[in-house]
Amino acid sequence: MILLWLILLPFAAGVAAWIAGRRSPMAARWIALVTMVAGFLITVWLWSANRQSGFRIWFDDLNWSWLPAWGIHFHLAMDGLSVLLLALLFFLGLVSVLVSWTEIQYQVGFFHLNLLWIVAGIAGVFLAVDLFLFYFAWELMLIPMYFLIAIWGHENRRYAAVKFFIFTQLSGLLMLIAILSLYFAHHTATGVYTFEYGELLGTPLAPATEMWIMLGFFTAFAVKLPVVPLHTWLPDAHTEAPTAGSVILAGLLLKTGAYGMIRFVVPLFPDAAHRFAPVAMWLGVVGILYGAFLAFSQNDLKRLVACTSVSHLGFVLLGIFAWNSLALEGAVVTMIAHGISTGALFVIVGALQERIHTRDMGQMGGLWAAVPRLSGAALFFALASLGLPGLGDFVGEFLVLLGTYAVSVPMAAWGTIGVLAATFYALRMVQGAFFGPDTRGWRIADLAPREGFTMAVMIGVLLWLGLYPRPVLEMFRPSMTNVQTYASRRLP
Amino acid sequence: MLAVAIHRRHVVTAILSYTGLGVAFASLWTAQAVTPRQVTPLLTVDGYALFYMGLILAASMAFVLLAYGYFENSGGHRDELYILMLVATLGSLVLVASSHLVSLFLGLELLSVSLYGMISYLHTRPLPLEAGLKYLVLAAASAAFLLFGMALVYFVTGAMDFAGIAAGLPAAGTDEHWLLWPGMALIVTGFGFKLALVPFHLWTPDVYEGAPAPVTAFVATVSKGAMFAALLRFFYASGAHAYGPVFVVFDVIAIASMFAGNILALMQTNVKRILAYSSIAHLGYLLVAFQAAGVLGAQAVTFYLVAYFVTIMGAFGVVTVLSHDGHEADSLEDYRGLFWRRPALGAIFTGMLLSLAGIPLTAGFIGKFYVVAAGASSALWALIVILAVSSAIGLYYYLRVLVVMYDRPAEAVAQPALVPAGGVALGVLAVLLVWLGVFPGPLLAAIRQVAAGLG
Repeated sequence: MILLWLILLPFAAGVAAWIAGRRSPMAARWIALVTMVAGFLITVWLWSANRQSGFRIWFDDLNWSWLPAWGIHFHLAMDGLSVLLLALLFFLGLVSVLVSWTEIQYQVGFFHLNLLWIVAGIAGVFLAVDLFLFYFAWELMLIPMYFLIAIWGHENRRYAAVKFFIFTQLSGLLMLIAILSLYFAHHTATGVYTFEYGELLGTPLAPATEMWIMLGFFTAFAVKLPVVPLHTWLPDAHTEAPTAGSVILAGLLLKTGAYGMIRFVVPLFPDAAHRFAPVAMWLGVVGILYGAFLAFSQNDLKRLVACTSVSHLGFVLLGIFAWNSLALEGAVVTMIAHGISTGALFVIVGALQERIHTRDMGQMGGLWAAVPRLSGAALFFALASLGLPGLGDFVGEFLVLLGTYAVSVPMAAWGTIGVLAATFYALRMVQGAFFGPDTRGWRIADLAPREGFTMAVMIGVLLWLGLYPRPVLEMFRPSMTNVQTYASRRLP
Repeated sequence: MLAVAIHRRHVVTAILSYTGLGVAFASLWTAQAVTPRQVTPLLTVDGYALFYMGLILAASMAFVLLAYGYFENSGGHRDELYILMLVATLGSLVLVASSHLVSLFLGLELLSVSLYGMISYLHTRPLPLEAGLKYLVLAAASAAFLLFGMALVYFVTGAMDFAGIAAGLPAAGTDEHWLLWPGMALIVTGFGFKLALVPFHLWTPDVYEGAPAPVTAFVATVSKGAMFAALLRFFYASGAHAYGPVFVVFDVIAIASMFAGNILALMQTNVKRILAYSSIAHLGYLLVAFQAAGVLGAQAVTFYLVAYFVTIMGAFGVVTVLSHDGHEADSLEDYRGLFWRRPALGAIFTGMLLSLAGIPLTAGFIGKFYVVAAGASSALWALIVILAVSSAIGLYYYLRVLVVMYDRPAEAVAQPALVPAGGVALGVLAVLLVWLGVFPGPLLAAIRQVAAGLG
């Protein structure tokens, strides 16, 4: 039942926050805060309780019959990968509540309802083992996120929110068609109607059918990841969202795309994925380089940070489709490190925007003298973003490149150039905003204790991930082995 | 009716109609014990008919609740509306139970003629009058087409009951009875008009906009639902569904409706017109399930209709409840900041719009899922991909209404009180929407039984 709590708690707390928020905005904030902390503690407890077994077998918690005639079950289960991503979820959820403490003043209760419901939806995505439930949660993530952007976002929020919604919904519908095709193909082969992940693994499929269905799934996850050329919603959505929204978007929503690829695309359709891998990997490389190029050319600080996500997640795509242990581990570590480093960068940009009311780098410069702590944090996370050894992103990218090298040397070479490209945009960001002479005479407040605390914790996590990633690696290594086993069941 | 003749009192009429409908609804359960039964060669009362009768009666009851508040302040005589509505409901009940072309026509005309009156009921205002006139001319013409088509089919097959038509259809490939094709085309035209399918849809936006909001709700739900149930029974039972080019014709109509409905709505700023175009698109989705046929086809159609009824009643219910004192709440401006001014209404309307868009937690999602599943099981890949694409197009205008609803209002305005009857109806519909979206199990089981006879 405990996994159900991870979904129900944010859901119920959201409603409570809305009701409480009508009386007192502070009450809504505290409810949200307490819920995120509770969720995080539960996840950490599950992590440590399963440290020995390392989730070699799934923690199969909940399997209720929902629509038995269609073979649909409310089935929640957890393995090493999901527990990590859930920890990231509640951690970044906590960060986003802290970040919105002063930024959001309008309809605070409803804001926290949406925030908590996004968290509930994402938890559902990471825990669902029944494809119908997965699709249900996938769609459910969208609506509160849409509201978050459309109501509390910045100038161009309506356009960004609608674009985000339509992109994701269309690709989601294609995934629905793919899910149903798999469902019926499974029935044709075995006579059983089921949406169960475990039972759908290894469904015999004709090669062409397998490719089409895989592409249906891939498209949905590719929009979310995002994969160039389906990435155009990302800069707008990330830029126009309020800070909490950007943190959740970059830190978590993008990871659901990667999670979907690891969990569903490759294991369910190994042959098709194998044939498609070169295309996907080159798309990953293109994403790395193009994302870096995009980021470098931005003048809007937040948009710059948003475009770096395209670049970093190109590494993730590369690692996933290289499909060997090193590359997969690298992909997962990159997912987590990116969530934290980019989330932190968004927090910094948001804090800056709250203070100077602009995101235009042309109007910044020389901020270091005025806000040393903020600038120092920005420098740290910029270095993390470009892959400085000793920090989490480096571990991830290095493992990805190592794994890719075993599969294809040219791709690894281009990917490494991408690491160099990251240096350009990261240093440009720091140079443009924080370094240089203080020509405007900034008079702004430095990090408040709440903000400073958030930064310190995130710095700590990135350092831990970068210097001692072993606990994390050990946690999801068994599930990666499992996933690889699923995928090799039908390979000749 | 008699009560009106004795003494006019709006409340009494409304209560009498509601009670009558309620008693009829309750009697469905006793009827179930003796079904299936052929009542004269014209009507077959089986599980399918009873289910749809229940649906129609429930929709009519919702109509009474919504119409009471709306017409309370509209001035003039109000009681005839209920009489007209009861006759229209009767017509619909005949439609869903019909297994003979004559009863089909009879039910259709009962329904249509009553609707002429209902649509133009507020005859002192120009818009309803214009809408009613448009509907009259086009409905009468399409009924004539339908009749001619029926005559041609009778000429070729020698029978007018559905089973007899199935037996009398010439074997495929023979060319002797070429009159069947125009006959079928004319019948499809007649059905297409009533269901507002492309290219017979041109009346829909104007009539939806002009008619009083609760009447629009009635037209959108009861009239279309009953007609679709009759369509299903006719085409499946008579074997005309898979007969020659009829299948392709429906394919084309489905695709055209899905695209036209969604694309044409993109430019609209009138909420009623948006909902009108979206109904056209939804009937397109329904046709996809209809095309699927087989076991899942009839089930998917029935579930989708239930979800559609709840959603459209709810959406137009919100429009009704917001309209007052002669001001119809149909422009987008009336909805600006609705969620902040009236959170409950805003939340309900949000739920209805999300259900129309097919978002989980709502009945509309399960309906859409069912339709795509039916399409996938019959390998109608082109149709369901088009369904997906046009759904995504449709999102754009649903989101536009949502955006306006969540817009920060300029200043606080005093909100007039709402009539309780309408509020109760909306509350029940909202609960149903979410209930069917999360626990559709019992309804699905009932539908499986109901649709077993068809397809």
